[in-house]
Amino acid sequence: MDTAELKRVIEGLVFVSEGPIKAERIAAALEEEKRKVNQALAELEGEYLRAGRGFVLVRTAEGYQFRTRPEDAEWLRRLNKSRPFKFSRAALETLSIIAYRQPITRAEIEYLRGVDSGGVVKTLLDKHLIRILGKKDVPGRPLMYGTTREFLELFGLHDLAGLPTLKEFSELDLEAADEIAGDAD
Amino acid sequence: MPYEIKIENFEGPLDLLLHLIKKNEMDIYDIEIARITDQYLAYIDAMQSLNLDVAGEFLLMAASLIHIKSRLLLPSAEEEDAEEEEEDPRAELVRRLLEYQKYKEAAATLDSLDRLGRDVFARKFPSPDLEQLDGEELEAVGLYELVEAFRELLREAPEERFHEVDIERLSVADRINDILSTLAAKKSLAFTELFSRRPERQEVVVSFLAMLELVKLRMVRLMQSSREGTIWIYAAVAEEEGELNLEEGSLGYC
Repeated sequence: MDTAELKRVIEGLVFVSEGPIKAERIAAALEEEKRKVNQALAELEGEYLRAGRGFVLVRTAEGYQFRTRPEDAEWLRRLNKSRPFKFSRAALETLSIIAYRQPITRAEIEYLRGVDSGGVVKTLLDKHLIRILGKKDVPGRPLMYGTTREFLELFGLHDLAGLPTLKEFSELDLEAADEIAGDAD
Repeated sequence: MPYEIKIENFEGPLDLLLHLIKKNEMDIYDIEIARITDQYLAYIDAMQSLNLDVAGEFLLMAASLIHIKSRLLLPSAEEEDAEEEEEDPRAELVRRLLEYQKYKEAAATLDSLDRLGRDVFARKFPSPDLEQLDGEELEAVGLYELVEAFRELLREAPEERFHEVDIERLSVADRINDILSTLAAKKSLAFTELFSRRPERQEVVVSFLAMLELVKLRMVRLMQSSREGTIWIYAAVAEEEGELNLEEGSLGYC
C-alpha cells in the first residue's frame, strides 16, 4: 500500500470505528508496519487541524477518534439531546486524587480530602470512570481503585502520562480561585 | 463584635480551613491557631443554627484544632533535649492542607479539559439491537420475560364474555403440535407469529402453557437479543424422535 492509499484507508477506519481505535489494531488489520501507520495518523492529525474543518483527529484513550472542536461546543450542544454526566466538586476532587495516586484505597482518599468519600467512589464506579484494581496487602485488605479507559476517553486524555502535571505547593496559592466551579445543575 | 459569616459550600473541613487561612492572609507555616479555631468554630455554630447537619468530619477537625491549640499553650519540653526536636504541633495539619490544595487545584484543571459530551462531541452509533438477528448475540429468555410477553398479549385480548358458551376447546397438546409443525417448516419463529391478530384469552393462556411444556421437554429454545426485544422460538435439535405422542392427560391439564 502506498502512503496516500494507506492514509486514505486509515482515515476511513477511524471514521467508521465506534470508539477510539488503536494504531496497533489498524496496523494488524492492514498488515502494515505500526511505524508507518503511526506516521500516517500523525500526518492526518496535522492535516485536520490545519484544514479548519468541523472536526479534528484526536488522540484519546490510547487510540484515535474524530471529535468536534471545543470552540464550537456552544453551538453543537443545541442539537445534542443527551445530557452529559454532571460532576460535582466532590466527584472531581475524588476523581483527580484517584487519577494521580492510583492504586489508592478509599481510606487514603478520605485522608486526603478530609471527608467521607464512599458515596462519590460508588458513583464513579457506577459511571465506569474508576475500577477496582485489587486489594491492598494491609490488614483488612481494602480495595484499591484506579481510573478506566472510559475516564481517558471522557477527558480526552491519551494515557495517564498525559494528565496535566500536578502543581507542587509549598505556599498557599492565593491566586487560585477559591471555588472549583464544578458543573452547575 | 459579631463575627459575620457567609455560609458557603465547603467540601470538607480542609476546604474550610484553607479558605479561612487565605481570607486572613496568614502564613501557612505559621497559622495563628487560636484565631483560626475561633473562626472555624463560629462557622460550625452558624451551620448548626441554620439546622444544617454538621458532618462528623467537621467536628473531628474542630477537636484536633483545639488539641493543637492546647499543645501550643504548653511550655515546650526541656530545650536541652535538642536531639529529639519536637515537631511543631501544626506540622501535620500544614502538610495535609498543602496536599489537599494540590488536589483541589488538580480537580479544577481536570474540569477545564475538553470533555466528551460537554465540550467536544464524537459520532454516535445506532444501538446494537437495531442490527440484531445473527443468532450469536441472542440470550436465552428467562421465565419473567416470557410472562411479561404474555401479559402484554393478555392486556390486548378482549375481556371474557360470560354469556357466551365456549364450545371450542383448545388443548395444550394440540397447541404444542401446532408449534412444532410450524417450526419444522421454518427454523425460527417470532413470538408474535404464533397468534392470530386478536387472540382470545384462552388462546393466549394455552399457548403460554404449551411454550412452557416445550421448553421443559427441551423441544424449543427461546431467545431474545435484548430484554425488550422480540422473543424468538428456535427448534431444539432432538428431531429423530419424530411425532411426539402427547395426550392431554399426560400433561396434567384438564
